[in-house]
Amino acid sequence: MIRVGLPAHLRTLAGVEGEVEVDLDGVVSIGAILDDLESRFGPLRGTMRDRVTGKRRPFVRFFAGEDDVSHDPFDAPLPEAVARGRERFTVVGAMAGG
Amino acid sequence: MSGVRVLIGTRKGAFVASADGARKAWNIDGPFFGGWEIYHVTGSPVDPDRLFASQSTGWFGQIIQRSDDAGRTWNPVGNDFRYEGVPGTHQWYDGTPHPWEFARVWHLEPSHTDPDTVYAGVEDAALFRSTDAGMNWNELAALREHGTGSSWQPGAGGLCLHTIVLDPLDAQRMWVAISAAGVFRTSDGGASWTATNKGLVSEGIPDPDAEVGHCVHRLAMHPTRPNVLFMQKHWDVMRTDDGGDSWREISGNLPTDFGFAIDVHAHEPETIYVVPIKSDSEHFPPDGKLRVYRSRTGGDEWEALTRGLPQENCYVNVLRDAMAVDTLDDCGIYFGTTGGQVYASADGGDSWDTIVRDLPAVLSVEVQTLS
Repeated sequence: MIRVGLPAHLRTLAGVEGEVEVDLDGVVSIGAILDDLESRFGPLRGTMRDRVTGKRRPFVRFFAGEDDVSHDPFDAPLPEAVARGRERFTVVGAMAGG
Repeated sequence: MSGVRVLIGTRKGAFVASADGARKAWNIDGPFFGGWEIYHVTGSPVDPDRLFASQSTGWFGQIIQRSDDAGRTWNPVGNDFRYEGVPGTHQWYDGTPHPWEFARVWHLEPSHTDPDTVYAGVEDAALFRSTDAGMNWNELAALREHGTGSSWQPGAGGLCLHTIVLDPLDAQRMWVAISAAGVFRTSDGGASWTATNKGLVSEGIPDPDAEVGHCVHRLAMHPTRPNVLFMQKHWDVMRTDDGGDSWREISGNLPTDFGFAIDVHAHEPETIYVVPIKSDSEHFPPDGKLRVYRSRTGGDEWEALTRGLPQENCYVNVLRDAMAVDTLDDCGIYFGTTGGQVYASADGGDSWDTIVRDLPAVLSVEVQTLS
């Protein structure tokens, strides 16, 4: 079981509170987690990655535990600690003023 | 009992102000979608309980929200705005080709006849339509594929389709305005488009017959006279009496003919309203005085409306989608400012009151007249 942390705006859109749990068969990767989230919570489609290009939105970052994995390929395996739920996979809206 | 509902989009959320027909005591609900930019909130003329909101941020992109209970509850609907085919390029600010990229929805225009049909004007400029109440969106691609599309260039706010005017008497006819391309008209439901910019003269466009390139800020129409359109252009207030085939200037005695918003009195088709703004870079009212100007002659002759509006130290802007009128017997006029004030006049502009004073910067104001 993978533990996913979403920023407040995305939790509101998804209608969830706290962490989201994701169960995956096969490789645990950023892309697989996003696929699962988007299939279960339709309003999240397009909010983390572009609907046309599939690329990460510029002001969204992904963390595996404390490591910034935003630039890793979407199909790259995430660390086992994340795959087993010991550490959290976190979606972050980049810091910005205004 | 009659009443009004004012739908307000701001930089940090949406608000709904409601009042009875006297329009003196206001109830404010919100913020809805706090923290998100709400470029536009509007309601269906067919079903006033059905509202649509364009919600976006630079972080998480575009969301469309719909309410079916007059704004008490909202649900996200479709946000897949995908250009038809390979979209190609338009011009960038420096004149180089730039790929068409979806950024956000500027304006939503619900159908006059079908509560499930709604149009969306987007940046980079294109027109989309949903026929299932916002769940799915399809581009009316003939507009973007107009022969001039590759030469369209963004204004300071981006290459945005910000105005959609539906002909209330002919469902096949509509006008759209794009900054900074100009006005386009379809007479066949969007299958083909004609650039209707003859008569517009813009600084920086030496060719007086240029088909496109004009920075049109806003169009307004009285529903009984679809061949008469009024325009606030970047500079110049204009009108057409032939559905856009030709335009003439009606700026007359305005203190400045720059501005964004323009609207028409609900019962007097020759009475129009603008808010002159100092430009090119200041974008606040001249002399620190917030004045709505009214023409009762369809343009050329304008009077300043000041009663109840700040006449000193006022340096706000009134954006293109931030003015609206109701249809009560004494026509109400409404506008919002980038300073977060929303003003209302219940007497056609003679006097003004503040509905709410300290909202985030107001991006859009729409009003629903309720019976």
